Amino acid sequence: MPINDEARVGFYICHCGHNIANMVDVTSVAEYAAKLPNVVLSRDYKYMCSDPGQEMILKDAEVFKLNRIVVASCSPLLHENTFRNATAKAGINQFYFQMVNIRENASWVHEDKELATVKAKDLVRAAISRVVFHKALEKKKVPVNPDVLIVGGGISGISAALNIANAGKKVYLVEKDPTIGGYMAKFDKTFPTLDCAACILTPKMSAVLKHPGITLMSYSEVAAVEGYVGNYQVKVTRKPRYIIEEKCVGCFACIDACIFKEAKFSDEFNEGLSKRKPVYIPFPQATPQVVLIDDKTCIHFKTGKCPQSCAKACDRNAFDFDQKPVTQELEVGTILLCTGFQPFDAARAPYYGYGRYPNVYTSLEVERLVNASGPTGGNVVLRDKTRPKSIGIIHCVGSRDEKTNKWCSRVCCMYSLKLAHLLKEHTDAEIYNFYIDMRTPGKGYEEFYDKLLNEGVHFIRGRVAEVSDWAINEHEKGKLVIRAEDTLIGMVRRIPVDMVVLAVGIEPGKDAQDIRRVFNISCSNEGFFLERHPKLAPVETFTDGIFIAGACQGPKDIPDSVAQAGAAAAQALALIDSGFVELEPNTAFINEELCCGCQVCINLCPYHAITFDETKSVSHINEAICKGCGTCVAACGSGAITQNLFEDQQILSEIYGLLVE
Amino acid sequence: MKYLYYPGCSLKSSGKLYEISLLAVLKRLGVEVEELENWNCCGATNYMSINESYAIEITARNLAIAERMVGIEMIVPCAACFMGFLKTQKYMESDPVTREKVNDLLNKAGLSYTGKVKIRHPLDVLVNHLGTDALAKTAEMPLKGIKVASYYGCQLIRPYATFDDQWNPHTMDDIARAMGATPVDWPLKSRCCSGSMTSTMTGIGLRMNYVILKEAKSRGADVIITACPLCQFNLECFQGKISRKLKEDVRIPVMYFTQLMGLAMGIPAKQLGLKQMLSPSLVLT
Amino acid sequence: MSTIENSNKDWSPRIIAFFCNWCTYTASDLAGVSRLRYAPTTRVIRVMCSGRIDPEFVIEAFTQGADGILIGGCHPGDCHYSEGNYKCLRRYHLLQRVIGQMGIDQRRLRLEWISASEGKRLQEVVNEMTETLRQLGPSPIKEVVQTVIK
Repeated sequence: MPINDEARVGFYICHCGHNIANMVDVTSVAEYAAKLPNVVLSRDYKYMCSDPGQEMILKDAEVFKLNRIVVASCSPLLHENTFRNATAKAGINQFYFQMVNIRENASWVHEDKELATVKAKDLVRAAISRVVFHKALEKKKVPVNPDVLIVGGGISGISAALNIANAGKKVYLVEKDPTIGGYMAKFDKTFPTLDCAACILTPKMSAVLKHPGITLMSYSEVAAVEGYVGNYQVKVTRKPRYIIEEKCVGCFACIDACIFKEAKFSDEFNEGLSKRKPVYIPFPQATPQVVLIDDKTCIHFKTGKCPQSCAKACDRNAFDFDQKPVTQELEVGTILLCTGFQPFDAARAPYYGYGRYPNVYTSLEVERLVNASGPTGGNVVLRDKTRPKSIGIIHCVGSRDEKTNKWCSRVCCMYSLKLAHLLKEHTDAEIYNFYIDMRTPGKGYEEFYDKLLNEGVHFIRGRVAEVSDWAINEHEKGKLVIRAEDTLIGMVRRIPVDMVVLAVGIEPGKDAQDIRRVFNISCSNEGFFLERHPKLAPVETFTDGIFIAGACQGPKDIPDSVAQAGAAAAQALALIDSGFVELEPNTAFINEELCCGCQVCINLCPYHAITFDETKSVSHINEAICKGCGTCVAACGSGAITQNLFEDQQILSEIYGLLVE
Repeated sequence: MKYLYYPGCSLKSSGKLYEISLLAVLKRLGVEVEELENWNCCGATNYMSINESYAIEITARNLAIAERMVGIEMIVPCAACFMGFLKTQKYMESDPVTREKVNDLLNKAGLSYTGKVKIRHPLDVLVNHLGTDALAKTAEMPLKGIKVASYYGCQLIRPYATFDDQWNPHTMDDIARAMGATPVDWPLKSRCCSGSMTSTMTGIGLRMNYVILKEAKSRGADVIITACPLCQFNLECFQGKISRKLKEDVRIPVMYFTQLMGLAMGIPAKQLGLKQMLSPSLVLT
Repeated sequence: MSTIENSNKDWSPRIIAFFCNWCTYTASDLAGVSRLRYAPTTRVIRVMCSGRIDPEFVIEAFTQGADGILIGGCHPGDCHYSEGNYKCLRRYHLLQRVIGQMGIDQRRLRLEWISASEGKRLQEVVNEMTETLRQLGPSPIKEVVQTVIK
């Protein structure tokens, strides 16, 4: 193993309380490390990340004239910066530091203390042998573009946009649908206060539209993102509405004039419970108040043989049938993803008969049915226009189920209670809630449940087995029979009802995986966006400068979504107001004397950071563009490329350290 | 088009009419079958409930023999055998311990099984391979106006089969429709017929059959068709007794779907075994 | 003598694991946080991208006595740097040939795509590979190389 006599290494091993010390013999590792080459000092300590732990490094560095620091503790993804800062405070270049992960990579995953200790010693040896070859580097400071991109115009995106714009920053709000508002716009009342969703949401929607700091880009999607924290370049594709947005005033004269006298296409906003025309506005308070044409159903786009009565009815000449998707480029410093969720597809739980029996509804359909501005004007009637006299609400549809989604969707118990209340109010029907467990943790939530218990709504504790039209007596004839085990009385019950409401759960949006790829972030196993830390960094991602809020991170109700949007906005503002970001100096550079000019590296670089200098016949890396993946380094035949922090010699010495004593 | 054919014990005894009619129909459709040589019981009822691993092991023997016939898929008509085969395959595929143990035993008998045999139910072959259009062309005497309740029983579709919708199976309906008949929609398609309970716990067994017969009748069905020998046996043989006991007429013809197909194809009733039925199925001819 | 052979346990292989920072290293953190137990055989070397893994590292690790080498990167299409994992895949295929020619059993080098959320997969892969290497026994290469050098 090569030796560097000038290196004076201080080694520290952390007990992390019992987290490490229980599975790794820290004293023995410390004693072992003390005997390794270049190690001047070796200590073990209860909590290295604590203030006294860091102070210790400071003092030792001075007394023992240390110039390299190695800390064996948790994952570098958690505390590398903490210890780099401590190293810097001790007057040592922060990159003369190496961290050894003996918690996530050893003590937490092994069961044999002896072998875990052996592993820890190997890892420590590798780090000490590596740190000797570290170089002094400086972090590069780059300014942060103060503009912010927010993707998703549901309640989370709206809240975050207003928070950030109110702080005086410029916000681009990109929404894939023709209007902002998201799912909240479809709801009737909100639990537990029963205030009307539209009444509290629509003012915020128009505030977004009117805010001078917010550029609303509806019916648009982010196509590509490049750059890095503080300096992102974003391509947004604006889908054609076939209406010039600036000209439309939302008079709806075109809708009346459409050649289709009757609306005959499924209305997405009303969950298909009503019809719309090819030229339409999703709902009266849609923001922006701009109509659009659905080119899949419009006669003009299908046959080219339409008199275009809609365009003729428009006295502002807002129609443009030749509109094409337009790509717009934005430059922003931070990005907030508020892309939301999708409701569980009830057809995936075929035992509940959705799609098979017309009177089985999803909760979202019922939200529209009880809504005064819904397809029936708030009159709750079945598909045959009769009023239901008995209604069964089935909780946990698609949630807490091995076969579908294992997680609890968090909102269904509460919205089922809300719907029970509203349906009772609208129809005076007998209402049966079938639940597995009632989950009402939240301010005023348990009280709301109590209220419902006193309203004469029935609660049956048990998972529903099936919904069918199998009647075994006169009483059940013509009804939907819900069969469930009532676990409180220990019997299987058959409850005949007129209407079944399926409380569908929350799952990741169907485009979550695409979004994740565009923004280079990760998803957790179930497909929601992965936060940087489940407790301490719930709105940050592993990609600096990209934050997440709302149900795209996991099932969440409105208050939690708004709170998280606030948190994400605060994080973005903190980043912007600090003015600059420090970048890891892990970029690569080429030693011109060694470069043979073969240009193998040039095609390997996904960022086109490498160019060929014809005059010198050597390649050159633009370090401002380089992101530090190291792919070119591994490919360079003449060993001319070096990646800072991951130099060949550093990695090789790590390998030797692991394998050679 | 040629398939291996595993009849299983039932189709050689109580379910003989299933075999007769199935082979007649397949012949008419130009589907060649070759009976698996030296086959043994699939282990369904007795072994499966007393010692599951014995059942798996003897089914694996059948699979091992079938695997020698490279490239051929095997038709398994009996619902219990069909499920047994799929279960064995699933266990051997997903559980290394079972796989090793079973293969050890097979090796002792000079056999081995690597998982290559494809098990298919006749419904799967007819609907997904031949297609209902091809079937419809063979219906020389379409069963116009006849209402059919398709009954799959509890073993055929769940939990392992993938050729049909597990909650609302439709392949038998598709066939009935191709034969010119009208399928009735009913919710008890895959409810249990009580299996052997008609002999062990007669009261419960009869009750479960009653529920099925009554619902099919009340939905206006003229005939129940099935793909399981035990279901056919239970529903057909006990309907008289049930009707007498409960003083309610729940009698209705119960036949194999292949017999119904044979009728539509103009195959003589005798060749379909219809003359040996107990329920008044001849009314259909 | 390495520290592992010093221990009085049954022989246990030593696997050098090159994990990319964004996916597999994060997965190994997740396995830790989730307390998923696996064999204490891996020694992780963190690189920013699996594309950084120079074939030399792999050959060097084998000649220095590694019993197995595990490379972990992001799933195809998910690379934090667009396509570093594809470059890694190419090198992996090349390396498989080279180590075959060197007389190293090809099962000693394994490439796995393990995303940040697949802590469970990481556990499975390490356990599987440990089992395979246990059956293969210690890698003979170090001794061979030393004999040749002598």
